[in-house]
Amino acid sequence: MNANVKIEAESAAPLSTASRVPAWMARLGRVGLHNLLPPIAITLLFLLVWEMLCSSPASALPPPTQVFSDTWELIANPFYDNGGNDVGMAWQILASLERVAYGYALAVVAGVGLGVLVGQSTWAMRGLDPIFQVLRTVPPLAWLPLSLAGFQDSNPSAIFVIFITAIWPIIINTSVGIRNIPEDYRNVARVLRLNGIEYFVKIMLPAAAPYIFSGLRIGVGLSWLAIVAAEMLVGGVGIGFFIWDAWNASLISDIVLALVYVGIVGFILDRLVAWAGRLVTRGTSEG
Amino acid sequence: MSKSYLSIEKVFKSFSRGGVTSQVLSDINLQVERGQYISIIGHSGCGKSTVLNIVAGLLDASSGVVILDGKEVSGPGPDRSLVFQNHSLLPWLTVYENVQIAVDKVFGRSKSRSERDEWIRHNLNMVHMGHALDKRPGEISGGMKQRVGIARALAMQPKVLLLDEPFGALDALTRAHLQDEVMRIQAELHNTVIMITHDVDEAVLLSDRIVMMTNGPSAAIGEILDIDLPRPRDRIALAEDPKYNQYRQAVLRFLYEKQRKKATA
Repeated sequence: MNANVKIEAESAAPLSTASRVPAWMARLGRVGLHNLLPPIAITLLFLLVWEMLCSSPASALPPPTQVFSDTWELIANPFYDNGGNDVGMAWQILASLERVAYGYALAVVAGVGLGVLVGQSTWAMRGLDPIFQVLRTVPPLAWLPLSLAGFQDSNPSAIFVIFITAIWPIIINTSVGIRNIPEDYRNVARVLRLNGIEYFVKIMLPAAAPYIFSGLRIGVGLSWLAIVAAEMLVGGVGIGFFIWDAWNASLISDIVLALVYVGIVGFILDRLVAWAGRLVTRGTSEG
Repeated sequence: MSKSYLSIEKVFKSFSRGGVTSQVLSDINLQVERGQYISIIGHSGCGKSTVLNIVAGLLDASSGVVILDGKEVSGPGPDRSLVFQNHSLLPWLTVYENVQIAVDKVFGRSKSRSERDEWIRHNLNMVHMGHALDKRPGEISGGMKQRVGIARALAMQPKVLLLDEPFGALDALTRAHLQDEVMRIQAELHNTVIMITHDVDEAVLLSDRIVMMTNGPSAAIGEILDIDLPRPRDRIALAEDPKYNQYRQAVLRFLYEKQRKKATA
């Protein structure tokens, strides 16, 4: 919920820079009241119910107060490094983010490329689309044994799982975007005799950008879902294996803390891609 | 052989879909002199846009040829620039950039960067859009978009300017205003223009010749009317002009008596 607060405050700030300070403060107050009060109230209520349900000594799960006191060391020192897997939460998350960055970046490049191919060429669509439709239903983790066998190493295998998870929505959305480019834009390009590269850069990418970005946004969400599961199996530093490790050591409070972090990071990733999309597709849908 | 600047010779067009072939155009012949303003008028669905698209090169004729300035037309090109009914500006580019993309492509080699910049501004000023260079199409009105569309088409210095119902989507006042602008620009630049329209007044006011098309399927040129009115033309003065009204009636008679749209659902 902390992240929620932060994001809302950031998005409110640029709106109000133009006006005078009192108005600025008043607006921030109003925005705060409208957007922050409900989630804070619900969160407090949720914590209260949780506390009541889990505070009996017989409870299998710890109440929030105990989670907080158990994990205070981890919260307060996110950057400690005792070597091996015994590093702070920040390092765990950064390690996971690094894998996601590699796998997702590859998926973006390959996904947009294949999406353009499938969107442009009817022949490619007939040939590839059925294969994509089958492969995209394969659960991310089902790829892991195969990639471990292929790469003989855990890190590239995890990256591959991210790649193969994120690529399908990117391909499919890109190809739909390409196919939906209005005939008028194509005609403009034909009258101007734009060559292939010019058409790709000046017409195709901007026209399909809203679709491409909705694919990218789904893709980043799926990547983050997949990394936690993949890391549980491949081990090493990373938030997924941290959770698995905590389970094996019966540190339930650590698991709860890790889940909160995973949720917050996933939320931020989603908003980052959405924000980048808004920045890039500014104007594209107008007309 | 043709001696005209633009000649459309024995053009037939049929579309086939699922084994069914429908004849759209039948034996279209038209000679256009340099600097002439031609309107093609007819009921909707008569294939007038098909004629324009064949001249533009966006469609291929099933048989027959289009010859422009001594060369056979094959495929689209900037020597036949189009103004589309729905303006077709690229919404992610500013007004300036929408013209720039055309100018850079057509004059990228022959003009320097500063010459191109000046040429873009010149064309946008000509349609009175110099004040909105950095606006995006989503931020300007329909009439303004169409002005930018015209500027983009003119900036290519086409041999023939093709207008596909350029004012069709505009309200009456904006339309009249833009028609006057087009007449003014035409008087200045002496472009060769082919305009598709279904507006009788627009056709008579703007054109040197009106090509009236019969109803489809298998549409052909029904009549060609030469409009012998002095330029510059003034729409208010012309409203009283008996010659103008004669022309108007001739076109109306063709459309509503000879080619009355059959009551098809």
